[in-house]
Amino acid sequence: MERNPMRRQLAVMRQSLFDQGYLDEQFVQLEELQDDANPNFVEEVVTLYYRDSARLILNVEQALERKPFDFNKLDGYMHQFKGSSSSIGAKKVKAESTLFREYCKSGNGEGCMRTFQQLKKEYATLRKKLEAYFQVPIIFQFFSLSTLLNMCF
Amino acid sequence: MARNGAVTWRRRTEKIESFDLSPSDTEEVHVLAVDDSHVDRKVIERLLRISSCKVTAVDSGRRALQFLGLDEEKESNGLDGLKVDLIITDYCMPGMTGYELLKKIKESSAFREIPVVIMSSENVLARIDRCLEEGAEDFIVKPVKLSDVKRIKDYMTRDFRVGERERGRGINKRKLRDSCDLSLSPPSILSSSSPSSQSQSPSLSPSILSATAPCSPSSLDSPTRRLKMTSSE
Repeated sequence: MERNPMRRQLAVMRQSLFDQGYLDEQFVQLEELQDDANPNFVEEVVTLYYRDSARLILNVEQALERKPFDFNKLDGYMHQFKGSSSSIGAKKVKAESTLFREYCKSGNGEGCMRTFQQLKKEYATLRKKLEAYFQVPIIFQFFSLSTLLNMCF
Repeated sequence: MARNGAVTWRRRTEKIESFDLSPSDTEEVHVLAVDDSHVDRKVIERLLRISSCKVTAVDSGRRALQFLGLDEEKESNGLDGLKVDLIITDYCMPGMTGYELLKKIKESSAFREIPVVIMSSENVLARIDRCLEEGAEDFIVKPVKLSDVKRIKDYMTRDFRVGERERGRGINKRKLRDSCDLSLSPPSILSSSSPSSQSQSPSLSPSILSATAPCSPSSLDSPTRRLKMTSSE
């Protein structure tokens, strides 16, 4: 049991991220790769994830603005996005990516759009929670204005 | 390890003839990791380093071939000085897929002996079979875990080349887990199975997916169930 109240609070925060389904086992894997020589490994990977995947989010957004939808392209972007999300243990984000891909495969544009909105919400929520946990801001790049507005709720 | 020129020092390994261990000739395994995802590269690099491997991480099959000195268009520029003991590559990459990279390596007389491990986020039996048939040592389903890296590292420390063909394609060659993309029953060689799968895709319609998405599993691929070999989750 942590005697340090700050640490205890962080431990509680961490546990709730798992309990509420935001993170899965893969996040624990990343934590196990952290040591005294690499004390910020998880934070680095998460930061890299948000920086790298921002581009994919933007690509999907732009692709959803062009009708008719190019489902192949959309699926391709989401395949990459899902991969990275899976690598950091982003459980809810990954689930939305999977759903999005299913809609791509069945050519369901409405489903894609709906799911994408939900995906962006989960993506933003996770970022906020991880920022609180790491206690550092995770910097975004390459966002369109509409995405930024959508995310800053 | 102490340098000892005396004849009483016996070494079991046959490859070292002199005791002159220069820095470039350490016993640390050198792995060439290939993945277009920056996040995955960072993770695999760390997984390998923490498992005491030297790592060179590149972002494409083309660069991997260049590193090895196999790229047809570019002359080897001396980077291939460091011996590669294992190549671990993502399957789905733009340009050259991991499968194509595997083929090129196995076609090369200089490098075909290097074990190649394929990683993929998609657990598709036909894909796994294709890779193993082409000579891949193992197939890891992403996300990659420490236990996966530990397992493949074991291949390099044992004398696996002798037993390579003899071992065939048993269960230990595949990473199979519980959640699955396609929901049909497993082939009979897999004896233990979990009753339910997490997410199920609707059946795929070939007319929607065209060849421009090469890494999407086609409806022609055999379905497989991921089996959980560990008791986590």
